[in-house]
Amino acid sequence: MSTVASPEELYCHNVLRPGNTNCAGCGMSIGLRWLDEALDGEKPTMVIPACCGIVTAGAFPTTAFGVPTAASTFASAAAVASGISNVYELNGESNVVVCWTGDGGTYDIGVATLSAAAERNENVLYICYDNEIYGNTGGQRSSATPEGVVTSTTPKGKSERKKDMMAIMAGHRIPYAATLSVAHRDDFLRKIRTARKTSGFRFLLMLSPCPTGWKSDPEESIDLISYAVRSGLFPLYEIFDGIRYRLNERPDGMPVEEYVTRQRRYTKVPTDVAPLKSYIEDQWRYLDAMAKAFPADGGVNPCHRIPSEDHDRKGE
Amino acid sequence: MARAMETGNHTAGYALAVAGEANRDARGCVCGAYPITPQSEIIEFLRGFVFTKGCVVPVESEHSAMAVCIGASLAGARTFTASSANGLAYMAENIFAAGFYRLPVVLIAVNRTLGPPWNIWVDQGDSLMLRDAALLQFYAESHQDLVDTILVAFRVGEDERVLLPVLVALDGFVTSHTQMVVDLPEQELVDRYLPHCKIPHRLRGDHPTTIGGLTWPRETEHHRIEIQEAMERVPQVLTEALDEFEQVFGRRPHGALSAEHTDDADMVLIACNTMARTLRNVVNTRRSKGERIGMIKSKMFRPFPREELLAAVSNAKRIGVLDRNHSPGSGGIFWQEVATTLQPCPDVIVQDYLVGLGGGDVTPRFIDEIIDDLASRDKAGKPVWKEVAV
Ligand SMILES: Cc1ncc(C[n+]2csc(CCOP(=O)(O)OP(=O)(O)O)c2C)c(N)n1
Ligand code: SF4
Ligand SMILES: [Mg+2]
Repeated sequence: MSTVASPEELYCHNVLRPGNTNCAGCGMSIGLRWLDEALDGEKPTMVIPACCGIVTAGAFPTTAFGVPTAASTFASAAAVASGISNVYELNGESNVVVCWTGDGGTYDIGVATLSAAAERNENVLYICYDNEIYGNTGGQRSSATPEGVVTSTTPKGKSERKKDMMAIMAGHRIPYAATLSVAHRDDFLRKIRTARKTSGFRFLLMLSPCPTGWKSDPEESIDLISYAVRSGLFPLYEIFDGIRYRLNERPDGMPVEEYVTRQRRYTKVPTDVAPLKSYIEDQWRYLDAMAKAFPADGGVNPCHRIPSEDHDRKGE
Repeated sequence: MARAMETGNHTAGYALAVAGEANRDARGCVCGAYPITPQSEIIEFLRGFVFTKGCVVPVESEHSAMAVCIGASLAGARTFTASSANGLAYMAENIFAAGFYRLPVVLIAVNRTLGPPWNIWVDQGDSLMLRDAALLQFYAESHQDLVDTILVAFRVGEDERVLLPVLVALDGFVTSHTQMVVDLPEQELVDRYLPHCKIPHRLRGDHPTTIGGLTWPRETEHHRIEIQEAMERVPQVLTEALDEFEQVFGRRPHGALSAEHTDDADMVLIACNTMARTLRNVVNTRRSKGERIGMIKSKMFRPFPREELLAAVSNAKRIGVLDRNHSPGSGGIFWQEVATTLQPCPDVIVQDYLVGLGGGDVTPRFIDEIIDDLASRDKAGKPVWKEVAV
């Protein structure tokens, strides 16, 4: 039975409240609501660096975030979150600390901070909403921008491949890393819950549709992510302890053209999807090899994995 | 009191540790730690200290050391860190942020020359680079001054009328790596002196607030005015903190500045840190020969104690400022403050001496030469480069 949310429910305690400044069709609007839903009523403490995600709040003294939120400097989200989570731990508080960051703050300027927090296995849930661009500053390249994409600083199309952040995080042997799709709700919610049940450093990477930066139609945002997954461009998978792989969804033969032709940032398309196709091929060869050599939990559904005693968080 | 023979760095480490420990019945303490010469022994000391409720997070950079303090302070803990030279420069973005968030992080600056080219010796250019942050700054002349000032720094920075980060500087090597006899206050006295750290705007699990988001010019103006007002309350809060210190520990640390023999002095020299100690010897020697000379040990640089300074030099005709720092294109940074303060007294000669940069040893001979130069002047000139490393 569905009920209508009371104004209090709607306005007070949701992670993302009405009145936020996200563009229509922004992936963050879905991601933040699903984060909220998957936490099953628990209120996270959020750390958000400079990025669209903090603009989302709107200007002081109002805020669209219904949970305690710290706006950090651009490179510092993982370190500020480390400070908060250490104090929570010292005080026996079980509140989950969530970093909500852009690709710029994750792949580029914040990568050393992120790497160090991961290496220390800080008790932090780190979520990168990857719109493959510096959205907040007007759409410049990042190292998450795919090859061929036109941005304001790659006017002829980016000539380098997208950085493999999942592999980098796996290299830190963190307890849990996974990719998130706003077109796969059940998978998304399950992964947030798995991450919540795991202690230590957790890294989630969400491909975040950005109509403004991608020059796409806001109403196609979810379809676009679905095409990215189905074409194999954005694989859905999980990595346990940085070494055991589980692939959640296989490409179904959807041509990558379906994805790229609906965005005007891929200006060379359809004449030149060859680089993207070889990127997809390499990526899947790598993931298949890893999943074969290091399968996760011998086929046991990882969301039922029980965290070990000594890793268990206080208060749980 | 436990009298001990300690290095400056261990003295600082000890003071931070007992201050952190004094918050064990509240929300504990957190230190973000990253090494740099000549600061490293401070964080090594802290990593070895067993806190009842506290932790030292070994981060990957000074930028993150301050970020960890920011997060921990936002969660209500007492926080501190330490650095030097390029570490302070690297940390700078988050030092500004800590001030703007109104978080009373205590930051120890072991003064060292900025590079490259690399030079590990003392120079105050590193901490003074941070003069425009919302950051209190104190300069400690001895090991005792250091431990006392660190405790006072927590007391003042965490006072609800202030709520700002506080930097406490000591001279690299000259103080950090030499030993002096020092009274290291016992934990129970520190517990009495330092109230529990309260961050009124800390993040609370049940209360949605967004700290550090977007502001418009109007809010920014108010924010900066509030910071200025907090700075203006510091002298009063400091006086109370020193009074209380005297009651608990039985001695009174120096205040914002200490004026020595200035009442009858025509000529006043101003210096900070260990240079002030050398200056004191020279001044005392010259006074014993009948010269009407005085000195000011400048301890609090931010907020700059303009009124106290004006009052202290009211009889002086000539003021010489010893600056172990250099702001290219301008001159010494203390001198800029002193000259601005002395604006109402256009007849007073305020002369700058850039001395001891890059760790050059400022011996009494050079200070004597500076005083002779000042005595012979009928007007102030450009900042004088007083080279000592010849
Ligand atoms: C140290 C520093 N350098 C540059 C900036 C300017 N800046 C703010 S947000 C941003 C880009 C953010 O990109 P991303 O993390 O991908 O988030 P998005 O805006 O795309 O959501 C930049 C360059 C800054 N705030 N701080
Ligand atoms: S620019 Fe992109 S990421 Fe930023 S709010 Fe708009 S749609 Fe979202
Ligand atoms: Mg981005």
